[in-house]
Amino acid sequence: MINKKVASAADAVRDVFDGATVMIGGFGEAGSPIELIHALIDQGAKDLTVVSNNTGSGEVGLAALLKAERVSKIICSFPRTANSTVFPDLYRSGKTELELVPQGTLAERIRAGGAGIPGFYTPAAVGTPLADGKESREFDGKEYLLERGLKADFALIKGQAADTHGNIVYNKTARNFGPPMAMAAKVAIVQVNKVVEAGEMDPEVVVTPGIFVSRVVEVTEPAFESELVAAGASYP
Amino acid sequence: MSEQTKVIGRTREEMAQRLAQDIPNGSYVNLGIGIPELVARFVPEGRTLIYHTENGLLGMGPSPEEGKGDPELINAGKRHVTVNPGAAFFHHADSFAMIRGGHIDLCVLGAMQVSKAGDLANWSTGEPGAIPAVGGAMDLCAGVKSVFVITQHCTKTGEPKLVDECTYPLTGLGVINRIYTDLAVIDVTPEGFKLVELSPGVDFDYVQERTGAPLIPVSD
Repeated sequence: MINKKVASAADAVRDVFDGATVMIGGFGEAGSPIELIHALIDQGAKDLTVVSNNTGSGEVGLAALLKAERVSKIICSFPRTANSTVFPDLYRSGKTELELVPQGTLAERIRAGGAGIPGFYTPAAVGTPLADGKESREFDGKEYLLERGLKADFALIKGQAADTHGNIVYNKTARNFGPPMAMAAKVAIVQVNKVVEAGEMDPEVVVTPGIFVSRVVEVTEPAFESELVAAGASYP
Repeated sequence: MSEQTKVIGRTREEMAQRLAQDIPNGSYVNLGIGIPELVARFVPEGRTLIYHTENGLLGMGPSPEEGKGDPELINAGKRHVTVNPGAAFFHHADSFAMIRGGHIDLCVLGAMQVSKAGDLANWSTGEPGAIPAVGGAMDLCAGVKSVFVITQHCTKTGEPKLVDECTYPLTGLGVINRIYTDLAVIDVTPEGFKLVELSPGVDFDYVQERTGAPLIPVSD
């Protein structure tokens, strides 16, 4: 019998190791797996390379993980967000290295990593400072840049519901980076509002098939970053 | 006598309204953050446009009533939005396949500078210590069929934004098709900036003086 449900967020992130590459889903607060990130802060793994579109806001979730100085490098498209106060200090002091990637290139690097494609050519960023040092090639008279696929040891993702086989559905624009990150990580961990038995989810609506997911954990009432920030919360 | 500065040309809303006239019915459109967002308010009656937001929604509708927002239903500017009938959600890699794959008809972006060759700079002033953030702008201008810029003609300090060559770090090379400013509508052509029309009450010389490269007049 397959049952990917684990008892708690703490159990779900138990084996994240120092130096691991961790993909963290979310676009702003939509899809940010706050409870999994807080469990990772409690767990203590450090020297992490994080792949995430943003750098969080306030001092909760991803911003709290950064503030705890567990992240030595972040691969990111937009590290400047309203209420994003933690990352600028870490960046300027050199404590966290930034690899800035155009958003579509970031998404495709993750997808490619999960699909067994080590590199691909994209027209984005040709002629810009983000092309510096990258191999370029012309196809049909147009220039493209070589970009590498991205893989990770772990992915932390927020979904709406899962079944015990790890099939996932998402909520609205909280889907964002979840599906490609689940593909690209050796161990994809998904927090969902509800876990149902295998057979209770219509196979026609599954967005991330369970083959890409190692663990699911039920967080019935997940927190939202904006509400925590408005309340002045910080973690831990 | 008061030293009141005469306001010349179109307001932000009028610029957005002017641009909206040029979007064909049924287009798939991505609107950038800032003045581009205003365009959605002015779509002429009888036209249906399908708005794409790169964080995973086609068929984006207007902002909800204050306090009715869903934190998991947002646009690329991370503001609360709604969904129109016929909307669809999808993940980020699919969203940028729509962009890079040439499936989006038009995107409207803001600008710091646009060059006469259609180069765009809109993500960084290159100042040391600034936190660089690029988002999806480079992918949008590399992949979308038509890229329009909507911007004030000059910076707050009066410097031209339409220039011979961009001095800020580029977002894309030769990617801009048309520019809508408070003073004029201008095409980017192989010969350089070409005037399409002047805003009401604005004359050619006034625009040329505020443009950092030669402006080709409207042909007869």
